[in-house]
Amino acid sequence: MSLTEREAWTVIHGMVLGAIFLLAFAGGLAGLWSLRPEFLTPGGLRERIPRLEIGTLLMAIDAWLTVITGTWIVYPWYRAPVPDSPRSKILASEATRLWHTLGMEWKEHVGWLTPLLATAVAFVVFYYGPRLAYEPRVRQALLVLFTLAFITAGIAGLFGAFLNKVAPIT
Amino acid sequence: MSAYSPEPKSPLGTEMTPAGVETPPRPNGPAAAAILAAGIGACALGLLTTLAQASRTVARLLTFSDAVGPLSGKTTIAVVIWLVAWALLSALWRGKDVRFERVWTATVILLALGLLGTFPPFYELFSPR
Repeated sequence: MSLTEREAWTVIHGMVLGAIFLLAFAGGLAGLWSLRPEFLTPGGLRERIPRLEIGTLLMAIDAWLTVITGTWIVYPWYRAPVPDSPRSKILASEATRLWHTLGMEWKEHVGWLTPLLATAVAFVVFYYGPRLAYEPRVRQALLVLFTLAFITAGIAGLFGAFLNKVAPIT
Repeated sequence: MSAYSPEPKSPLGTEMTPAGVETPPRPNGPAAAAILAAGIGACALGLLTTLAQASRTVARLLTFSDAVGPLSGKTTIAVVIWLVAWALLSALWRGKDVRFERVWTATVILLALGLLGTFPPFYELFSPR
């Protein structure tokens, strides 16, 4: 049971860092959604805010690590100008061409929106702290940004998984 | 999006919430700056992606790394634009309340442009023939 260096980095990029962001989203969404005065007790608010702050901060860091490893470590192997690189193999056949021209092209760009959005969400959660429960308009905006961060990460992750099936980096 | 004197935001906007936790109101300027800067960064990425598709010269200029290709420059410059925008807006709106609805509307428009500009069927419309 072993992985090559390239396979290991692909796993770190997608199945570890990328998957952590997608899995953590549900917890963050629930935390933001239910941060309402009518739902809160003093103990609940004190317990919830640090968890939300740390959770959104870690998700933002995770998103940055995902795009940096993907762009600067994994992507050069994918697009290497040699006949047996995944990109060359995919583009060699009309049957698989769209995986690159739509899938990879979309993934490599849209994924970078995730850390920008996740960082904004983490900053605002830290900035307001418990007060965020009493700023419904800001909290609703954060819900939209946070969900958009998930959708962009989901597009990148989904295409990444499919591309690694069609032409794996080995 | 100039600073203004806000209306009272809620009857709870004082020192103590019903939950018994002290939550003094905070000016929304720094939060608005972070949110709008994310929209500006996203729009910058969409614009750079489309420009790189439309012009081989731009694509070459954005190739900071041969191994990564134009994506290296697109993402690096978009991140720099995002950080500069955030720093400037934060300095401009520090300690102030701004009209959040206007900031949010601008952010949504910028994000939509960013999403459009990074969508291959859109930016490929600008490919040189």
